[in-house]
Amino acid sequence: MATQLTSAGPGRRAPHGGRHRTEPYIVRDSAPVTLTGLTAKVVLLGLAAGIAVWAAFPLVEARAWAGLAILAGTTAAIFYLYLTRRHVPAKYLVPGTLLLIAFQIFPILYTASTAFTNFGDGHRGNKAEAIVAIQTASVTQVPGSTEYALAVATTGDPATGPLVFLVTDPATRAVYAGNAAGLRALPEGEVTVNSAGKVTAARGYTVLDAGQASARSAEITAFAVPTPGGAIRSSGLSRAYEGKATREYAEACDCVRDTATGRTWTADEGAGAFVAADGERLAQGWKVGVGLANFSRVLTDSTISGPFLRTLLWNVAFAVGSVAATFALGLLCALALHTPRMRGRALYRVLLILPYAMPSFAMLLVWRDLFNTDFGLVNRLFGLDVDWLGGVWSARLAVVLVQMWLGFPYMFLVATGALQAIPRELTEASTVDGAGPWQSFRRVTLPLLMVALTPLLISSFAFNFNNFNAVYLTTEGGPFPADNPTAGATDLLITYTFRLAFGAAGAQYGFAAAISVFIFAIVALLSAVSFRRTRRQEELYA
Amino acid sequence: MRTVPLRHAVAAGAVAFALFPILFVLSAALNPRGTLSSTELLPTGLSLENFDRLLSETRFASWFANTMLIAGLASAAAVFLGALAAYAFSRMRFRGRRTGLLALLLIQMFPQFLAIVTIFLMFSTVTELWPAVGFNTPWGLVLLYLGGALGVNTWLMKGFLDTLPRELDESATIDGATHAQVFFQIILPLVAPILAVTGLLVFIATVNEFLIANVFLTDTGSKTLSVGMYGLISGERNNNFGVFCAGTLLTAVPTVLVFQFLQRYIVSGLTAGAVKG
Repeated sequence: MATQLTSAGPGRRAPHGGRHRTEPYIVRDSAPVTLTGLTAKVVLLGLAAGIAVWAAFPLVEARAWAGLAILAGTTAAIFYLYLTRRHVPAKYLVPGTLLLIAFQIFPILYTASTAFTNFGDGHRGNKAEAIVAIQTASVTQVPGSTEYALAVATTGDPATGPLVFLVTDPATRAVYAGNAAGLRALPEGEVTVNSAGKVTAARGYTVLDAGQASARSAEITAFAVPTPGGAIRSSGLSRAYEGKATREYAEACDCVRDTATGRTWTADEGAGAFVAADGERLAQGWKVGVGLANFSRVLTDSTISGPFLRTLLWNVAFAVGSVAATFALGLLCALALHTPRMRGRALYRVLLILPYAMPSFAMLLVWRDLFNTDFGLVNRLFGLDVDWLGGVWSARLAVVLVQMWLGFPYMFLVATGALQAIPRELTEASTVDGAGPWQSFRRVTLPLLMVALTPLLISSFAFNFNNFNAVYLTTEGGPFPADNPTAGATDLLITYTFRLAFGAAGAQYGFAAAISVFIFAIVALLSAVSFRRTRRQEELYA
Repeated sequence: MRTVPLRHAVAAGAVAFALFPILFVLSAALNPRGTLSSTELLPTGLSLENFDRLLSETRFASWFANTMLIAGLASAAAVFLGALAAYAFSRMRFRGRRTGLLALLLIQMFPQFLAIVTIFLMFSTVTELWPAVGFNTPWGLVLLYLGGALGVNTWLMKGFLDTLPRELDESATIDGATHAQVFFQIILPLVAPILAVTGLLVFIATVNEFLIANVFLTDTGSKTLSVGMYGLISGERNNNFGVFCAGTLLTAVPTVLVFQFLQRYIVSGLTAGAVKG
């Protein structure tokens, strides 16, 4: 979390950076040290040190020594970097890079590493947690179970905060607070108990009233506080009982046994689950490494590999089509307005930029309604009766059209900026040399534009390649062929993956991560190829 | 110029294409019945009932304030961080420069929504340790967004910095300016137009960001516009359509204003001033 240091420092100065004659804050190489520069440096490094100290206290309290070491190391590195006269490029790159590492690279690497595990619903924690979950879930009320008075409380917001059971022992009137971690006795002075034995107030907890509790009754019913040999569960909203677990883990056989039926499930370390002799698995498993199984499943499972290629082809076509359509229209508009002789340019600019100013997620949902067969505006406006999102090619056309509407103002903006950066002398010179407007555009303006814009086009391609919202909020991947409800005609790899991994079968993050790695490899490869071509272009024109 | 009528025709056609869905949203927002099925392209009524419902029945005002704070901070900081990096990439030669640039482009290509699970786990820890930058705080979300400050924007700015003649900063260096003075006093004022464009792009992207904000902000009062408004129609689509469109229009207002405010920088042109001579 050391990244806060830098962002809080230079980041806050950003609004003034461009316009004020801001003093330099980085050490000079050769020129004498100025007062403003020195002051700024002292203030910013002081701020960084202050934030580091602030961030260190909770780490010490939580005994997170590794985190503390990273914090100390990063802070020391920052001080070294901005006090030395060497490593000038790093002075400019480090602030953004630290944030990049913490919030992009680390999550991506962590996600990619889950591709080699079975992480997902039923395989979240470790084996011990799975055993506790199995025992807790099997708890039933047996004769002689202790009955407690229950008050449901939370440590946070009454509607969403984490639940806590405040239970009163009927015999001793001692009060305990219980959550998924277990029971904890509360000191007598911190709780108020009414005559029925129910807790009405406790320091550090908000007791839910009847309305708040019944709004979360499903959560409360599922909630269980593990105890040795069983768990405390609710029975209604004001009583709780300590039941016995019918399923118990035995270390000797490394298996779970059901005391009622005598059935056993043996631990399978390869699959991360308890498996019975007939192959039945318990729902609560644990996270284990599965090697390349997720990857080979993509290639060998015919229900996945079959549609994969078809989806990939459409995906490439969609990304190329979207970039081409938005760039063509955006550039056309930018060229049309790129003359001082035209009246109303400012007005046109404002109007053309409007689609970009509208919130895109909202407009995607609006567009879906515009393409509605019965009361959609597109059909009403042109007197058509087309089931736009129901036909394979009309749906594909619609998706690209919507993307063109959303994306062309961006291309218009960057193309306008790039056009303004091209010195007018160049086109003027080519006109003097006898070139027509088309020739001078084709031979002078366009090549120069492409030097500045090709990286953006590649990046736009990568964005559209994974443009989840554009498909998910409009067609949801449909229309679907009758024989395969998992791969629709407008599905991109990412929406297809989303449905496979998070769909009806529950979350399978490990498998989804494996497909993501494939997607990443494909996009990176396609981009790298176009990037090499840009490089050649750059050498040609730069 | 004989091409001017043609230019007007192209621009007018594009404007028509750009505006008709917006006109529909406007019409729905003013539609007194407030449903999707009763909305025409041109407004059929002039009722502010949808706006009234939006402001009285939802926490729209606080969503709006949150969004402005988050998008404003994130775009300002991202532009500054991006400009710093672009300066290094454009003007300095160092080991790993080409690799770094390529890496920035490649990192953007990983499907981000899957990293959501990781980000959630990560910020669960952060919320425990430092609640001030944890879930439901604008500061944490801004930090998270700044993870993407270096990326395509760096490319955009580097591209424009590359078009500035190096003689400008070389002569300043000869006159005794440090690299920091060159950056703050020579480069930044010259690239003000591209800073404006980049700031606008980041601002818009932040206002529209939904996936991460939806995980990050769960308290009704801390939500941003995109998260709050999505909640409006996730259940009652047809009936809340008018209210939703009213919210859509109000969401667009600050973006349009920011664009208006920055337009003179954009239009002032990169080469109109010092660079040209």
